[in-house]
Parts: sequence; C-alpha cells; structure tokens
Amino acid sequence: MATSTSRTAMPTQRSNSSRLLDKGFVWVTGAFAIGVGLVLLAIAYRVGTDSLPAIQRFGLGFLATTRWSVNDEVFGALTQIYGTLVTSFIALLIAVPIGIGVALFLSEDYLPPRIKQPIVFLIELLAAIPSVVYGLWGIFVLIPLLRPFGIWLNANFGWIPIFSTAPAGPGIYAAGIILSIMILPIIAAISRDALVAVPTEIRQAAYGLGATRWETIFQIILPAAFSGIVGGIMLALGRAMGETMAVTMVIGNSNSIDLSILSQGSTVSSLLANQFAEAGGLQVSSLMYAALILFGLTLVVNVLAELIVRRFSLKL
Amino acid sequence: MASSELATAPNMKRSPTSPRTLFSSVMTVVTFACAALALIPLVAVLSYVLINGASSLRLDVFTQLPPAPGLKGGGFGNALVGTLLTVGIASVLSIPFGVMAAIFLAEFYRDTKLAETINFLTNVLSGVPSIVIGAFAYALVVLSTGTFSAVAGGFALAVLMLPTIVRTATEALESVPGDFRQAAIGLGATRFQTTLRIVLPAALPAIITGVILAIARAAGETAPILFTASTSRYWVRSIWEPTATMSRLVFDFATAPYERQQELAWAGSLVLVTLVLATSILSRWIVRKR
Repeated sequence: MATSTSRTAMPTQRSNSSRLLDKGFVWVTGAFAIGVGLVLLAIAYRVGTDSLPAIQRFGLGFLATTRWSVNDEVFGALTQIYGTLVTSFIALLIAVPIGIGVALFLSEDYLPPRIKQPIVFLIELLAAIPSVVYGLWGIFVLIPLLRPFGIWLNANFGWIPIFSTAPAGPGIYAAGIILSIMILPIIAAISRDALVAVPTEIRQAAYGLGATRWETIFQIILPAAFSGIVGGIMLALGRAMGETMAVTMVIGNSNSIDLSILSQGSTVSSLLANQFAEAGGLQVSSLMYAALILFGLTLVVNVLAELIVRRFSLKL
Repeated sequence: MASSELATAPNMKRSPTSPRTLFSSVMTVVTFACAALALIPLVAVLSYVLINGASSLRLDVFTQLPPAPGLKGGGFGNALVGTLLTVGIASVLSIPFGVMAAIFLAEFYRDTKLAETINFLTNVLSGVPSIVIGAFAYALVVLSTGTFSAVAGGFALAVLMLPTIVRTATEALESVPGDFRQAAIGLGATRFQTTLRIVLPAALPAIITGVILAIARAAGETAPILFTASTSRYWVRSIWEPTATMSRLVFDFATAPYERQQELAWAGSLVLVTLVLATSILSRWIVRKR
C-alpha cells in the first residue's frame, strides 16, 4: 500500500508551468548571449552609419590627406594614422624583446616558485594601472627624463631623418615608450603561458642530447611556443593602437607629419579624445570615420591574434 | 673494454669558457636584466604616485568641490561621487547581462558552434579600443538624448565591462564539477532550479572576482568617459546631466598649468591606483581561498 500511494503521489511529469519556466529561462539566457555577440555588430553598424557623410564627401582620400581644418570643413587623417602606426611600432620594438625575455625568466627554473609568483603578480599589476595614471607620470616624470637623451640624439645623430628635429618635450618617442611599458605585461604574460605549455619531455630530450639551456630555448622551446608568442604580440599591437589617454597626454597633439620621432604628432585615438566633445556637423562624422578606421585596424589585428592563439591552444 | 672506454671518456662537465656555455650564461644574464627592466617602470610609477599623491591627500579632498583655476584648497568629492555613479550604472547594466549570457554559454549550449561563435565575438569585443566604445556610446546615447550624462558614461563603461564579465563567469560556471548538476537533476530539479540553486552558488566566488576586476578597470577608464559623461564642476544632481569622474579629473588637472590642480591630479591617481591594487589583491585572495 505504501508503494501505491507513493506512486500516485509522485507525478512523473512536471507541471506545465514548471516546464514553461524552464524553457523560458533557457530562452532568456540565450537572448542575452546572442545580445553579447550583437554588441560588436552594433558598434560597427552605428559607427559606420554615423561616418557615412564623411565617407561620401572624402572617400578614401581621407586616408591619404593630412589637412584637418574645422573652419573649412576639410578633413584627412593621414597624420593620425601615421602616428598610430609609428607609435605602435616603436612600442613593439621595445616591448617584444624585453617581454619575451621576462617570459623566459619566469618560465625557466631560475627562481623558486615562492619568489617567482610575486613577480608574476607585479607584472600583471603593471597592466592594471589606469592609462590616465601612466599619462600623468609621463608628463611629469618620463618626459623630463627623456628630454636630455632626445637632445643628445638630435645633436649627434641629427643627420638620420628619424632624429632630425630638436625635441620639444612631448613627442612621438615619448608616446612610443609609454606604450611599450603598457603593452609589456601582455606580451610577457601570454608568452609565458605559451612557454610553460611546452611539454617538459621535449626539454628533457634536448638536455639529454647534450644541449645547453639556451640551445634548448632557441632551437626547441621558442619554436614550439612560437604561435602563442605571436598571438600575444598581436594582442599587444591591438592594445597599443587603441590606447588613448597616456598617448594623448605625452604625444603633443600636433597635426603635421614629420619623419622625426622626436617631433610632436598625434594618433587616431588622441584626435578623437581631443576633438569629440566640442565637435559638430561634418566634423563629428569625420571623427566617426576615423573611429571606424581605428576599429577596423584593431579588429583585423585582434581577429588574427584570436585565430593564432586558438589554433595554438588546440594543438597542445 | 667498455669500462676502460668509460674511464677515458671526456670530462662530463662543460668548460665554463667554451663558447656554448659562455653564450648560455650571457643570455641568462640578459633575461635577468629584462625582468629588472620590466619592474623599473612599475616601481617608478607606483612610488611617484604614492609620494606625490600622499602629500596632498587629506580628508577634505574627498568632500570638497574642485578649486577654481589658480585657487588653493578644494578637492574631488563630486568626481568621486560621479565615478561611483557611472560605474554603478555600468554594473547594473552589464552584470546581469553578462552573467545571464554566461549561464547560456556554460550551462545550456556549452561546446556548440553557437557558443564558440559568441565566445569569439566576446574576445574580439574585449579588444575594441575603449575610445571607439566611447564614440559608439556618444552616437547611441548622447546624440539621442541631446546631453552628456552619467547614463551615457555608464553605458560606455558597461560595454567595456561586458566581455570581462562574460568570460570570467563562463569560466567560473564551467569549472563547477558535472557531478553537482547530475545530483541535482537526479533529485528531480529542473535546469532552472539546478542552475540557480546549485551551480550558480558554487561558482559565485569566481564570478565575484571577475566582476570586481571589471569594476576596478572601469573606474580607471578615461577614454570612453571623455565625451559621454563629460565633466562638471558641481555635485551630481541628476543622472541625465554632465558628470565629473575621477579619471577625467586626473586627465584635466594633469594638463592644467595650476599647481593645486596638478596636486589634485596626483592625489586622484593615488586613489585610482589604490583601488586597482586593493581589488587585485582581494581577487587573488578570493581565488586562493577557494
């Protein structure tokens, strides 16, 4: 009798409302998840449509002309695109070798984990400091520090076009150096992950054949971790191109192209930061066009990075 | 014979002056130098912010309005409130959105083509420059409401926080053991009940860690705030008007020629850096406790 009551008391089917609730929950979360994916498309769409007037007016000439005149409503962003590319390139030039060096230092067995762990944490902290704080530090500490060095470069190597102007304080070189500090943790952290993921058997095999530590690193470990490191560098490049505040504060914001890295310049992001708040009419549309270009550039770099990192993590 | 060959075998130790070992030693020194070089800016930035910031950080800077150009005294009370407000709006918008999306990705559609696509888009979204997100928020909110506002700033920061929250929450949910779900379903729980009463509570500490890190990052962001929340010299009265924030104040005062404003920029930086430091340590502590 006990069994028969329990059989009738326990319904084996859920009530309609409970099933509806369950289904509804899955649907609602699904809507949010698809919403997350759509944000990226919404950014592209909205920035794209808002820049249409400028695209129709200037076309691709926007990318190849340097004149940015609010009064005449003539806009071209070559100076800024050039500035973005040059500052990012300087940043990579400095941060890649040092970042990989740091990654090797932290992935090899030089230090016991108890000392290594805090250093990993400190370098991660470097990435967490707000950009505007780097900018403040750049204005009051880095630029005065770099200036004598810039003057010396100009005095002794002024015949090289990239050192051909006397530094006025802020400039492209200061922006590049501050960017290198900001992207270093990204390169170091991702490269370290890639190096640590190389199986120990490979390393032991190399040691067993009589290779020294650095023969093993150069011929075995680095090639094995190559795609991960490249992915990290690409991510860092994307970050450097989009970085705004620190660059705006130390680059000088002049609107002219000069080959000299000691001269002042501007980047796409610093242009947006300086002009957006007071802009109107075709200027807003031109700024949106510039934002669209920056979006496109970083999108290409980030998608490539993502694909490289993904392929690499599947392999191991 | 074998043994005599062993006896005459060359020394098993490497000569420290052979080119191979010499190269190895030099490279080791180079990596140590790289590590030292990487830590120099960190130490330099932190010490300058600490020294310059602490000297002008008195209690009344938290309660007073910014000084007019050239005047002494004043503080950044309104900017502190503004940062709390914009980051609060951003949290209200992005946390439920991100956690719901993560539940779908980790619990219901894990390892499907759709989840993979959304994860991919999320990662790409996290790489979109914050200034471009600012331009997006400007077009969407500022242009349609006709004014800079805390809501516009909060919206921009929400877009910025979203990928971090989705990613950390998805990872947190995925790391909850499958046994939990099987036990709950075996007891007759629906997916709704399993997720809300079993999986979510188990993943909560890790989700909170991700949320804290996202909030700290958003509080320090300036680029998306510049032309969305804009700035103001007065106390916040409404979420629909221009609002001062800490990061914007640091930017404005760092580039201002007045000594007192520069002092406040350093003090403001110290507040922002302390926030980031504290949250980083806190989140590590939570992770370790688990």
